Amino acid sequence: MDLILVNLIDGLVTGLLLFMLSAGLTLIFSMMGVLNFAHASFYMLGAYFAYSISIAVGFWMGLLIAPLIVGVAGAAVERFGLRRVHQYGHVPELIFTFGLALLIEELVQFIWGKNQLPYSVPDVLNFTAFAISGNSIPAYKIFMIFISVGIFIGLLYVLTKTRVGMIIQAALSYPRTVEALGHNVPLIFMGVFGVGTALAGVAGVIAGPVLGTFPGMAFVLGSIVFVTIVIGGLGSLWGALVASLLIGWITTFAKSYNIEMENILNAIGIATPENMDENLFRDFWSITSPQIADILPYILMVLILIFRPAGLFGKRTQ
Amino acid sequence: MSDTDPRADIPKGMRPDEQITTDPTKPQQRMRAGSLTMTLAPWIAAVVIMMALPIVFDNNSSLTIMNQMSITIVFALAYNMLLGQGGMLSFGHAVYAGVGGFFCMHLMNMSDFFAALPLPLLPFFGGLFGMGLALIIGSFSTRSAGTVFAMISLGVGELIAASSIIFVAFFGGEGGISGDRTYAQPFFGVEFLQQQEVYYLTAAWVIISAALMYAWSRTPVGRMANAVRDNPERAEFLGYSARWVRYYSFVASGFFAGVSGGLFAINYEILTEENLNAASSGIILLVTFLGGVGFFFGPIIGAVVFTLVQTVLSLQTELWAFYAGTLFLATVMFFPGGLAGLIMMHVPAFKLGKAQLLVMPYVRTLIPAAIGILGLCALVEMTFHYRHAATGDHEMTLFWTTFDSHTIMPWIIAAVIAAVGIGIARITAPDLKDAWNEANTAGGKK
Repeated sequence: MDLILVNLIDGLVTGLLLFMLSAGLTLIFSMMGVLNFAHASFYMLGAYFAYSISIAVGFWMGLLIAPLIVGVAGAAVERFGLRRVHQYGHVPELIFTFGLALLIEELVQFIWGKNQLPYSVPDVLNFTAFAISGNSIPAYKIFMIFISVGIFIGLLYVLTKTRVGMIIQAALSYPRTVEALGHNVPLIFMGVFGVGTALAGVAGVIAGPVLGTFPGMAFVLGSIVFVTIVIGGLGSLWGALVASLLIGWITTFAKSYNIEMENILNAIGIATPENMDENLFRDFWSITSPQIADILPYILMVLILIFRPAGLFGKRTQ
Repeated sequence: MSDTDPRADIPKGMRPDEQITTDPTKPQQRMRAGSLTMTLAPWIAAVVIMMALPIVFDNNSSLTIMNQMSITIVFALAYNMLLGQGGMLSFGHAVYAGVGGFFCMHLMNMSDFFAALPLPLLPFFGGLFGMGLALIIGSFSTRSAGTVFAMISLGVGELIAASSIIFVAFFGGEGGISGDRTYAQPFFGVEFLQQQEVYYLTAAWVIISAALMYAWSRTPVGRMANAVRDNPERAEFLGYSARWVRYYSFVASGFFAGVSGGLFAINYEILTEENLNAASSGIILLVTFLGGVGFFFGPIIGAVVFTLVQTVLSLQTELWAFYAGTLFLATVMFFPGGLAGLIMMHVPAFKLGKAQLLVMPYVRTLIPAAIGILGLCALVEMTFHYRHAATGDHEMTLFWTTFDSHTIMPWIIAAVIAAVGIGIARITAPDLKDAWNEANTAGGKK
C-alpha cells in the first residue's frame, strides 16, 4: 500500500512533466495542424540555458529567464522558419521541425559539449520532504508538482477566462473570421508558439537536475511526448493531461513491480514449454515489466491509433 | 495529356495543377514537378558508370564507400516510393530494411540451406521478409496518410527497435548478429571474398531494383499513388480506394527496403540495433529529401552526395553532422525540391537555348558565396576549437594552414573573408535574378 502511494507520487511527477511539454505541443498542433518535432529540443534548450544562467546568478533566476529565452527562440523559429515552410504543405513542415530537432541537438553539443552537465537541484530544495514507510520523497519532487499544477491552472485560466484566451481559442478554430474582426492572427500564432515552447523550456529547467542535462535528453523524452498527445487526441488539452498522467503512472508502476510474462501466460492457462533454451520464443517468455516499461507507451499508441484513431479525447477525424 | 485536353491553350507549366507551390515565378520552391518519363540513355549511362567505377577507384576504402552508396541508393529509392510518390512520411522505415537484413543474417547462419543458395539471391529473400513485415504493419498504418501515418510509423519503429534489445534470440541483443557470406554456394565460381566482387553484386542489385522501382512508378498502381498523394478524395471518386493504393505502395517499398537490408547483410556481415533505430530512419529521410523527392533520380543523387559528405567530411571535421543538419534545414526552407529540383529547374532555360546566359552570373554570385560560406565554416571551426580543445592546445589546422586559435589574427581573416564573400554575392544576386528571368523567357534576344 505504501509502495503504491510512493509510485503514485513518482508517476504524478513524470506525468505532470510530460504534460508541460504536451500542453504546448497540443496547442501548437491545434493552431498549425502540424506536430512540432523540435518541441522536446526546446525542453533541452531550457535545461541548458538554465544551467548556464544558474552558474552565473543562481537557480531561481534560471527558472525565470531561461523559459523567456526559449520562448523568444521558439517565436523566432515560427516567424522565420515555419511560416516560410508553411506554404509548401504539411509534410515539409513536419520535415522542417524534424531537421530543426537534429540541428538543435548538434548545436547543443557544439556549445556545451557531449557530456552530461553538473546541473543539480538547488540547495534550498535539496532535502527530504517526508517519508512513507522508509521511502523518502525529496522536496524537489513536491516542488515540481506544485510548479506544474500551477502552470496548468494558469494556462486554463488564461485560455478560458481572459479576453486574450478567448481570442486565441477563436483564432484556433476560425482564423479567417478572427482576422476579419481585426485581430493580427499571425501574431497570435507566433505568440502561441512562443508560449508553447516557453512551457517546454520551464519543463526543461525543472527536469534538468533530476533527469540529467545531456544532448540526448530531447530524444529520450521527445518521442514520448508525441505519443502522449496522440493518445490523448491531437489538439485536446484535457486529453494531453489524461494521457500524460496515464503514461506517467503506467511506466512508473511497470518499473517498480516485476511482473513476468511467464506468470501472466501461466495464469491464462498456457503452460511453460519444457526445453526453454531451444525454444524460439524464449525471450518472449522471459519478458518482465521493467524491461518493457519504456516501450509500453508506444504499444498503447499503436493500439489507440488502430482502434480509436482520434485518440482518447480527440474530436478531429481524418 | 491528349490532344483533347481542354486546357491545351494554357501554356504547359502554367496549368494550376502543375504548380504544387504557390508562386510560379519561384521554380526552386516547386516541390513536385510533373512526372518525367526517362529515356533509355540515362540507364545505360548509369550501368556503364557503375561498371567502370571500380576500375578507376580500385582501393578498398573507395570500394567501401561505393558499397555504402549503393545500399543507400536502394534504400532511398524505396523510401521515396513512400514519401515522394505516395506522399507518406515515415519516421520508422529503417525497420523494414533492418528486419530484412536480420532475416538474411539468419539465413546465412543456417549452414545447410545457405550452402545451397547462391549469394546473389540473398537480397531477394531480404526483400520478401521486408515485404512480409510491411504487409502486417501496412494493414493498419496505411489507413490514413499524413500525421497519423507518420505517428504510427514512429511508434512501430520505436517498438521494433526497442524489442531488438529484448528479443535476444532473434536480434542478438546489443552485440547484434553476424555471419559469413563466403559460406554460400559459389556463384559461377565467385565466392565473394573480395570487396570488388561484392561491389558488382551490389551494383547489379542497385540497377535491377532501380529499374523495377521505375517500372512500378509507370504502372497504373504507381500512377494512382501519385493521384492519392495529391488528392485522395478525387481518387476515391474515380473508384480507387486510397487506402489500398497506399497499401500497395507501402508493401512494394517494404520489399525494396528489405533488399537494401539484405545487401547490407552481405556487405557488412553484421547487423545490430543501429540498423533499426530512429536515427537510421531519420538519416534516410534526410538523404531522400536532400536529393529531392519530386523526381525519380532525386534519391540517387541524395544517396551519393550524402555518403560522400558523411565519409569525406567526417574525416575532416568533427562537426560534419552540424553542417549536414544545416544543409538539410536550408534545403527544406529554400529548396524543397532538393538537389534534383535544383537541377531540373534549369531544364526550361536549356530548352529555350538560353542556358549560356546563366553561366557568368552564376560564377559571379556562387563562387563568392561559396568562399563566404567557407569563411563562416572557418569561424565555426575556430569557435569549436577554442571551446573544446584540450587546455594548452592552441594550434589548429584549417584549410591546410596551421595557426594559433587563441590569437586575434585568424579570426579577423576568417570574418573578413566571410563578410566580403557574402557581400559580393549579395551585390551580384540581383543580376543573377535578372539573368534567370531572361533565360526563362521565350523569345527576345538570344
